[in-house]
Amino acid sequence: MAGLAAAFGSGAMTNTIADIETAKVILVTGSNTTENHPVLSAFVKRAIKFRGAKLILIDPRRIKLTEFAHKWLRPNLGTDVAWINGLMHIIIKEGLHDKTFIENRTEGFEELKQKLEKYTPEYVEKITGIPSEDLIETAMLYAENKPASIIYCMGITQHTTGTDNVKSLANLSMLCGNLGMAGGGVNPLRGQNNVQGACDMGGLPDVFTGYQKVADSEIRKRMEEVWGVTDLSEKPGLKVTQMLPEAHEGKIKAMYIIGENPMVSDADLNHAEKSLKHLDFLVVQDIFMTETAVLADVVLPSSCFAEKEGTFSNTERRIQRVRKGVEPPGQVLDDWKIVCRISTLMGHAMDYPSSASIMEEISKVTPSYAGISYDRLENNGIHWPCPNSTHPGTPILHTEKFTRGNGVFHSIDYIPPAEQTDEEYPLYLTTGRLLYQYHTGTMTMKTDGLNERAPECFVEISQEDSGKYALKNGELVDIASRRGQIRAAVNISTKASSGTVFIPFHYGNSPANKLTNSALDPVSGIPEFKVCAVKLLRV
Amino acid sequence: MTTAHKIIINGNELSFAQGETILEVSRKNGIDIPTLCHLKGTIPTGACRICVVEVKGARSLVPSCATPASDNMVVHTESPKVVEARKQILQLMLSSGNHNCAVRLSDGEDWTSFQLKVQAQDSTSELCPVWGDCTLQNLAYKYQVTGEEFPPTETRYPMETVNPFIVRDFSRCIQCGRCVQACNEVQVNNAINLGYRGANSKIVAGVDRPLKDSDCVFCGECVQVCPVGALVEKETRCTVRPWEIKKVRTTCSYCGVGCQIYLHVKDNKVVSVSGVEDVSPNFGSLCVKGRFGFNFINSKERLTTPLIKENGKFKEASWEEALKLVASKFNDIKSKHGGDSLAVLASARITNEENYIIQKFTRGVLKTNNIDHCARL
Ligand code: SF4
Ligand code: SF4
Ligand code: SF4
Ligand code: FES
Repeated sequence: MAGLAAAFGSGAMTNTIADIETAKVILVTGSNTTENHPVLSAFVKRAIKFRGAKLILIDPRRIKLTEFAHKWLRPNLGTDVAWINGLMHIIIKEGLHDKTFIENRTEGFEELKQKLEKYTPEYVEKITGIPSEDLIETAMLYAENKPASIIYCMGITQHTTGTDNVKSLANLSMLCGNLGMAGGGVNPLRGQNNVQGACDMGGLPDVFTGYQKVADSEIRKRMEEVWGVTDLSEKPGLKVTQMLPEAHEGKIKAMYIIGENPMVSDADLNHAEKSLKHLDFLVVQDIFMTETAVLADVVLPSSCFAEKEGTFSNTERRIQRVRKGVEPPGQVLDDWKIVCRISTLMGHAMDYPSSASIMEEISKVTPSYAGISYDRLENNGIHWPCPNSTHPGTPILHTEKFTRGNGVFHSIDYIPPAEQTDEEYPLYLTTGRLLYQYHTGTMTMKTDGLNERAPECFVEISQEDSGKYALKNGELVDIASRRGQIRAAVNISTKASSGTVFIPFHYGNSPANKLTNSALDPVSGIPEFKVCAVKLLRV
Repeated sequence: MTTAHKIIINGNELSFAQGETILEVSRKNGIDIPTLCHLKGTIPTGACRICVVEVKGARSLVPSCATPASDNMVVHTESPKVVEARKQILQLMLSSGNHNCAVRLSDGEDWTSFQLKVQAQDSTSELCPVWGDCTLQNLAYKYQVTGEEFPPTETRYPMETVNPFIVRDFSRCIQCGRCVQACNEVQVNNAINLGYRGANSKIVAGVDRPLKDSDCVFCGECVQVCPVGALVEKETRCTVRPWEIKKVRTTCSYCGVGCQIYLHVKDNKVVSVSGVEDVSPNFGSLCVKGRFGFNFINSKERLTTPLIKENGKFKEASWEEALKLVASKFNDIKSKHGGDSLAVLASARITNEENYIIQKFTRGVLKTNNIDHCARL
């Protein structure tokens, strides 16, 4: 997100889901779309199968979408900047870049061009393992078909170079003038239902709602007026990846964790547990007794999505209604009601008659949500920005100009992943999600059928590697990294590429994140979930 | 300017756009033509022929779903010839297979022996699982036909129940092919197809395997589009009837696509989920999590009361007790160590309104910007 915001001025998906079906070429990278965003993947597959679009797939694993790909490249893990630079090198050499677009709407092109000099197909092949002819063909396929849509997910962002990866994809899209038009754009897919909304609503350390900076005194003044408070802090707060270390050092004394389970989702679990145990006071508010809730001093039961009114903002910035279908169990309350009551007990009275009235306040303090109200969302969601009550919403961003004015080309060099394989840890590990499970499994694992389809943790390994380590399908094996060790069943699969194993991260009893590296992207603060070095130990 | 195209349907002069089918023009103008195999957004197959209409000058009846409207065409959608044809199609469908709803009117022994046979094959004494939610049943009522006109045909393939989600009941399949189109043209999962020929025809997964051993990903699109009781959800089969449920529209709470769903609620319990047709972003489609992953809502493991830890053990507490404790601890820590010694994690799982309130509380009351959520993870 930080990467896209730096390039365009907004970190959100530039185009809509439906619009993918109108692309001429679709480049998918770091997204196992059919498993993680299944319904969106249908738009991609239909574009390929029925509308003559071309699919460029760049992913080390033989995921389902490879069956639809015209070009499938399998780069070494963590070498994204290199292949993207390589594509751009070729496109410029061939003169296929969109000179008018670059001239009129962007800045930083000359520096980029210089930076790209050395990324010849041969040089890129050395880093990525992608044969130079393949890279050239891919570059031509991308540049010669317009509009081109780029779709990515956590396979791009969950690296120490995640922000660089995203900026590079933004470069590639701008280079061929694919922004601000139907069927084009740079489209990050949000993993969880309301990531977009949590960000939009200021669930981030440096911004209020609608990405308004806490450092901006005008904005703080506005919030203070509407909220009836004084002295809002101008200092950006801690990111989640900084909170835990600071808790460990005793600087953070108490945490209030709502609907999150960092005990399974954090990058370095061993450390997360120690940090949370170090707190003087931990409050966890959730629908289940999660691994994190177990550590809490107070646990507060909250309602789930089917029990409340509200809105979610989906990956394409569409604000949609959530409606109450059933009464919650026991004494369960809506999250917002619990927070309001705590606030009131702390001496600052907070109360609302309904979630609709909260949305009224949101629209007052948030320019991009200013035109949103429940009656407008009755039948169909609206894409933000929606600046006033008659505005139809904005399906495609950056049509006339970028949110920040000009689009910025960032000149970026390839940096290898934080951790490399060596004699002791000879295999790369990458983590991800499965179709039948979700996140840390607290919800999906309550449906027996889903568990029947995806019952337990496994380590996916290529035929070749299984031979090398003399492993049989289904056999249990220990996987160890410099940080920890877990046990999982061997799954010999044609999906895996040799030298790299894959483990899904849903399973609390074999948490893949015990192994992963908490080295952070310096800008986004996202840990390197997608690459670390491991070894396999026979049980 | 192009001249407007005109077609005459049931005596009404109607305009249409080039490429529109007779069915589309009719429906747009409120003229109802029944369909079974037609599936919006896919290539018409003309498989069921229930949508036939009479076109002046044409030698035989034409399927309206697959026939483009043309200038000055004169169409009748409910002429005696059309009605006769539809009746016969329906009678044939009703006589082949276990259509044991009230439309198979019959008295006495005939019905009893039929019903006993069906019950044995269904392994339940209930009537057809989709009673009240079946296009074939509706049409049989509308055209006043029963299944007795033709001798019953034998059930060729046993029911398939060996997967967690979907029951495939071949005895009720009318071979309309909608499921095949849904799977191949809408979801593009390419798991099922028309197999075998003639009287042996069957919808097959791969080389006629159970769904669980095929490319099926249990999106359930096929179940949603099946017009009869041939594909039904296992969990609610015969236990939840369409008239018992209330449908509430909301947004899926799993991934960021934000599919529009209906919660099907019976006795304050979500018993199934379906996709909302014709609206963005999903136009009726769902995936296995959205369609079948709802059991957590009603799970016994839900937290139902506030808990306070004492000597390492949780004990149940009242809201008042728990919230007072939280408020006083937060106040203490804030006054002793400052707001920045507190940190809050909001959530990508909860609503916008809730995230808003949480950040307002964190910034305005706790007086810190230490707020984030785990989605970067
Ligand atoms: S559930 Fe989905 S994938 Fe499986 S057969 Fe039906 S439509 Fe195809
Ligand atoms: S299973 Fe249903 S949708 Fe598929 S062909 Fe049979 S009746 Fe039609
Ligand atoms: S139904 Fe599937 S694709 Fe749609 S929002 Fe839910 S999880 Fe995502
Ligand atoms: S609906 Fe037209 S042929 Fe089946």
